[in-house]
Amino acid sequence: MTAFSRTIRTTAFKLSAMYVAAFMGMSIILVVYIGQNSVSIMSEQVDETIRSEVNALSDQYRLGGIRRLVRAVDRRSRQPGASLYLVTDFAGNVLAGNISRLPAGVLDEADGRNLQVTYKHLQRETEPAERENTNRALREITTPEKTQEAIVRVFELAGGFRVLVGRDIGESKRFREMLASALRLALVGMVIVAAIGWLFIGRRVLKRIDSVADTSRTIMAGDLTERLQVTGSGDEFDRLAISLNAMLERIESLMYGLKEVSDNIAHDLKTPLTRLRNRLEAALREDQDTANYRDTVQSTIEEADHLIRIFNALLRIARVEAGSPDQDREDIDLSDIVREVSELYEPVAEEEGVEFTLGECQTVIVHGSRELIAQALTNLLDNALKYGRRPDDGPSTISVSLEVSDKEAAIVVADNGPGIADADREKVCQRFFRLEQSRSAPGSGLGLSLVNAVAGLHEGTLLLEDNQPGLKITLKLPLSGVLKT
Amino acid sequence: MDNRFAETVTVTPVGATIADVGGGIEKMRILVIEDDKEAAAYLQKAFKEAGHVADHAGDGEIGYEKARDNDYDVLVVDRMLPRRDGLSVVEQLQKEGDHTPVLILSALGQVDDRVTGLRAGGDDYLPKPYSFTELLARVEALGRRAWSGDVETTYQVADLVLDRLAHSVSRNNQTIVLQPREFRLLEYLMKNAGQVVTRTMLLENVWDYHFDPQTNVIDVHISRLRGKIDKEFDKQLLHTIRGAGYSIRDGI
Repeated sequence: MTAFSRTIRTTAFKLSAMYVAAFMGMSIILVVYIGQNSVSIMSEQVDETIRSEVNALSDQYRLGGIRRLVRAVDRRSRQPGASLYLVTDFAGNVLAGNISRLPAGVLDEADGRNLQVTYKHLQRETEPAERENTNRALREITTPEKTQEAIVRVFELAGGFRVLVGRDIGESKRFREMLASALRLALVGMVIVAAIGWLFIGRRVLKRIDSVADTSRTIMAGDLTERLQVTGSGDEFDRLAISLNAMLERIESLMYGLKEVSDNIAHDLKTPLTRLRNRLEAALREDQDTANYRDTVQSTIEEADHLIRIFNALLRIARVEAGSPDQDREDIDLSDIVREVSELYEPVAEEEGVEFTLGECQTVIVHGSRELIAQALTNLLDNALKYGRRPDDGPSTISVSLEVSDKEAAIVVADNGPGIADADREKVCQRFFRLEQSRSAPGSGLGLSLVNAVAGLHEGTLLLEDNQPGLKITLKLPLSGVLKT
Repeated sequence: MDNRFAETVTVTPVGATIADVGGGIEKMRILVIEDDKEAAAYLQKAFKEAGHVADHAGDGEIGYEKARDNDYDVLVVDRMLPRRDGLSVVEQLQKEGDHTPVLILSALGQVDDRVTGLRAGGDDYLPKPYSFTELLARVEALGRRAWSGDVETTYQVADLVLDRLAHSVSRNNQTIVLQPREFRLLEYLMKNAGQVVTRTMLLENVWDYHFDPQTNVIDVHISRLRGKIDKEFDKQLLHTIRGAGYSIRDGI
């Protein structure tokens, strides 16, 4: 594509061209309209003037014959701004008037119609002889230079006398020319303005679009940390850039999640796989009886199940983190879930000698996945039962409550166990992270990761606080309807 | 966390044999539509050990024809099959009025996959990898449901009677007061009396959750129920089947 055809294709150019064409069209229509109207008004005026002159002169003629007419014409033709007059005798000699030259044959068309003719005005200063001698001959126009235009009427009177009455129309002609030149000027101006506008759009706007395209290419090349420039002007481009940046943010976090998952898989699945393989190898190598083989197979199945469980948990976390927000979601009553899961766990707590209390649960509707929220709460209760025991032999407690504000609902699970040190609170939501003191307890280090992912999917937050003593975990979820706005 | 069956699998002790699990049920004809030959051969052998007859179809098309031309008690259908997708086989059979119970196996195994599977006409759904005890318990529950229907208003095992309409339970004519959830738990167990129900089956059918809680929550609920229906009586009806789940039955 050449630079020119690329220019032609740009939106800025098309827009500019379109506006110029529209403005030009409108201007031409306007000027032509004004021109035509004024010309017709002017010619009507000319017509009117001639008619009244003719009436006045014919009055004079009726009153005093040709002599009085000649006198009147002579007097009128000397006034400033006078109309055009000419009176000739049968031989064509000028008796009175202010016209010195006329094209041949004009005086022969003595039928009183409007004629448009060229003429030359009588210059009394430069032609003194003609001023003195009114009986001069009318000269004919041979060259078109220095002539003027007029509308005239010619009448024939008795005795071969001819009278010409007319009005100069040079004024309206000049007006038309002025309009035409104004139009030309306006058109040229418009093209210039359009060119400037196009340059502005091209330079400023296209440059920003190009920068978006450039940045996109960099990102496509693999640098996901790159972001589009936001100028802070708050215009459409800024809004676009902000949206695209948000999209990039999401993509980056997904990519990061994916990378993290593969790192996790590499690290935390290979270890048990190696253990499993070692055990089978050892069983093969060492001379063992059937009972020992059975034991090995048994423990291998357990190891495999542990692996499957980790694998599924990882998959589910990844699915939840990547999940489209509306998948599998509906308006649900959070208090139902809290009650059901509490009811599920309450006997377990009792069995283990943990005092379990469930706070008051008022109906609160959130838009979410019943299954996932229930699983998140299950994980929280599981953790509280496993890791939330009091270090001394005092009574352990777990309390579950549902708190509601005008924008969000919060499921709070609190225990009075050892709690989590400030420094570790961030880390416990990471996959496979396990606290030093709980490494010996069963578990995969994925429970809170899932809770965190579920919170993220529902545009909620997960809060870990010191319960003094113990741990207080709050899962905040926006109320149904709040989410959309 | 996600694998709803792992609970059962994890505790599979060496002692649990298939014969322990598959008890008290008539012989069933099962069609396994599965393209993995090794997995299919294992299933056929295992179903046979459990006292059933299992046919095998290696792809969706053959599976559809066999299911249409024979009278099976339960179909076990893999989702991803050569030539014809498992879900489309199930849909086609449903459309033709064949209401043989179907258990769908899938390697996908997420909540929404389960929902799609059941919506297509599957009656139960089991994600891969599964333990055979879990699969057998579910297949037998499906087969039995097909025979008995869901119309009984009272269930009885020995002298234990559950009245679904009156919402009452009695044993040896003594009324037993149960919590609503305990009632549903017992109802599900008695509906499948004589058969094994796994922990995940209970969590799914009594609590309607399809994930695997990490602690043995179901065991605690069972032991509470047992305390109410068995403790005072000589004959124990609610049995724990090692490595599989629970069974309510009159006998051992």
